Amino acid sequence: MPDDPKPEGAPEPESAPPSEPATPEPKPAEAAKPAAPAPEAKPPAAPAPPKPAAAAAAKPAPAAAAKPPVPKAPAVMAVTPWESDLTKALAEEFGAAISEFSSYVGQSFLVVKADSAIPVIESLKFNHGFDYLVDVTAVHYPERPEPLDVIYILYSFSRNERIRVKIRIKDGDRPRTVTKVHTTADWLEREVYDMFGIEFEGHPNMKRILLPDEWSTFPLRKENSILNMDQRWVQENLGIESGQ
Amino acid sequence: MTMAGTFLDSTELVLNMGPQHPSTHGVLRVILKLDGERVLGTECVIGYLHRGVEKIAENRTYAMFAPYVDRMDYVAAVSNGLGYCLAVEKLLNAEATPRAQAVRVILTELNRIGSHLLWLGTHALDIGAITPLFYCMREREYTLNIFEKYCGARLTTHAFRIGGLQYETYDGFEKDVLEFCDMFLPKVDEYEELLTGNRIWIERLTNVGILNAADCKDYGVTGPMLRAAGVKWDIRKALPYSGYEKYDFEIPTRENGDTYDRYIVRMQEMRQSVRILRQAVADIPAGPIMAKVPKVIKPPVGEAYVSIEAPKGELGYYIVSDGSTQPWRVRVRPPSFVNLQALDKMARGALVADVVAIIGTTDIVLGEVDR
Repeated sequence: MPDDPKPEGAPEPESAPPSEPATPEPKPAEAAKPAAPAPEAKPPAAPAPPKPAAAAAAKPAPAAAAKPPVPKAPAVMAVTPWESDLTKALAEEFGAAISEFSSYVGQSFLVVKADSAIPVIESLKFNHGFDYLVDVTAVHYPERPEPLDVIYILYSFSRNERIRVKIRIKDGDRPRTVTKVHTTADWLEREVYDMFGIEFEGHPNMKRILLPDEWSTFPLRKENSILNMDQRWVQENLGIESGQ
Repeated sequence: MTMAGTFLDSTELVLNMGPQHPSTHGVLRVILKLDGERVLGTECVIGYLHRGVEKIAENRTYAMFAPYVDRMDYVAAVSNGLGYCLAVEKLLNAEATPRAQAVRVILTELNRIGSHLLWLGTHALDIGAITPLFYCMREREYTLNIFEKYCGARLTTHAFRIGGLQYETYDGFEKDVLEFCDMFLPKVDEYEELLTGNRIWIERLTNVGILNAADCKDYGVTGPMLRAAGVKWDIRKALPYSGYEKYDFEIPTRENGDTYDRYIVRMQEMRQSVRILRQAVADIPAGPIMAKVPKVIKPPVGEAYVSIEAPKGELGYYIVSDGSTQPWRVRVRPPSFVNLQALDKMARGALVADVVAIIGTTDIVLGEVDR
């Protein structure tokens, strides 16, 4: 493969907390940034070294995960404001409950207060034609005061438009389920619970879906590295001594 | 729904189907609650093939993760790769070159035909028609041979790269594809002769597992299942990608939304794919196969959701970049997983034998359901 000879990535978990996208205001991550690159020996800004042998030696695993010292482009997502008839109507209807209308690479999203998500999605479905819930998923940003994003991707057949609705929640918060508006959310929310441990209030069947019921961790949370899974379960049920 | 307490009622029987069952197309386990032959409810138990693909993605660079996506829907690996490459290209604000786009379309449509053929063969086998399987496998071989000649692999192809293609097409690529098109259309007629008007086939499939348009939208069901319910929606037309807007083709639809209609829609989709193939092969633009993308792929901080019309429905990738060489989060929106959820709705009131037909026309691949 000619396009990426970098030998990194395999062994190390994400030890250095990367900055969080999707944060509108400059975050404390900025302050932490100068400290992070310190242990770095050589700037990975040189993708050029063609012989991986030298590059691999000079570039120990931790360096790969640390932030490069080159002044990066904005550490937050470079969003542009999103304005349309839809945003006007929604802003009128929900006011301060919607904190942000933005768009990035031509894709629009809105950020909603957690307790207003269901009314907003309901209004989008019944008043604005967004009748297809494409996906429900989450992203974990351990550094943030509200570390979890829950993202609803909606599509409207009549407008041929796709938007995302985001809420930000704290660990242990229980956002309300969207299954009563879109039946498809049943399995999708169960998967979010399975992977992130976010329990949805009012969900008819809030249990794990892909992992075994007795599994103890929520794998897609950042504190769980790829090697640090439920070793006890693997040992007991699969008879693999190392637990891997 | 839960199955708790069902044993207390003497008229109900709980039957376990799978995970080792030939008609579940992999390791799907369905718990059926029965009243005689009638299905009162179902519950799917999935996850037997869970490999944690989304977690792996967070520990690999963008380019390193590309081969992994082929292992989700291994029947349509090329489509998976296309969706992933498009999503990363969106984050990079790059676009594949015209030549790469045309080759991508050709390979993806070949793969769609291959996927539909595998579906048709195994579905017919489930219903009790053994012959079509051999015919379908015979023709699918042609598509696999083209993949093999192009990139050396037959199933998990890793055919595309972020920014374009790694390999130039081989000598005689166009000829091979055209030969396949000429050979293939009469074969579709042959399948249809065997099945479409076949009395047993019609009786087994019509009015079985009906899912109407409103239910499809409610359950997020996409792809041929949605079109069989009469919704003329195909991402290749609605939100074109990779140059699909240049090609002239139709979106086949049906009205009823039963298993027979889903069969018809898929048969017609294969014909439409041949139509696209002919147009694409006739006009592959000259030029480079790779766009200018950096050697080390490091998209700026941001996020994007890109979806394509995979053979089974909407396949989406939601990627969050933190500005490093590894994605912060990759979410795969798998069509099989979402479509399978509607099984309970479709199977209620059906007979046990119909459940097999319904699972068949849902066209799931468990590698994609479980990821």
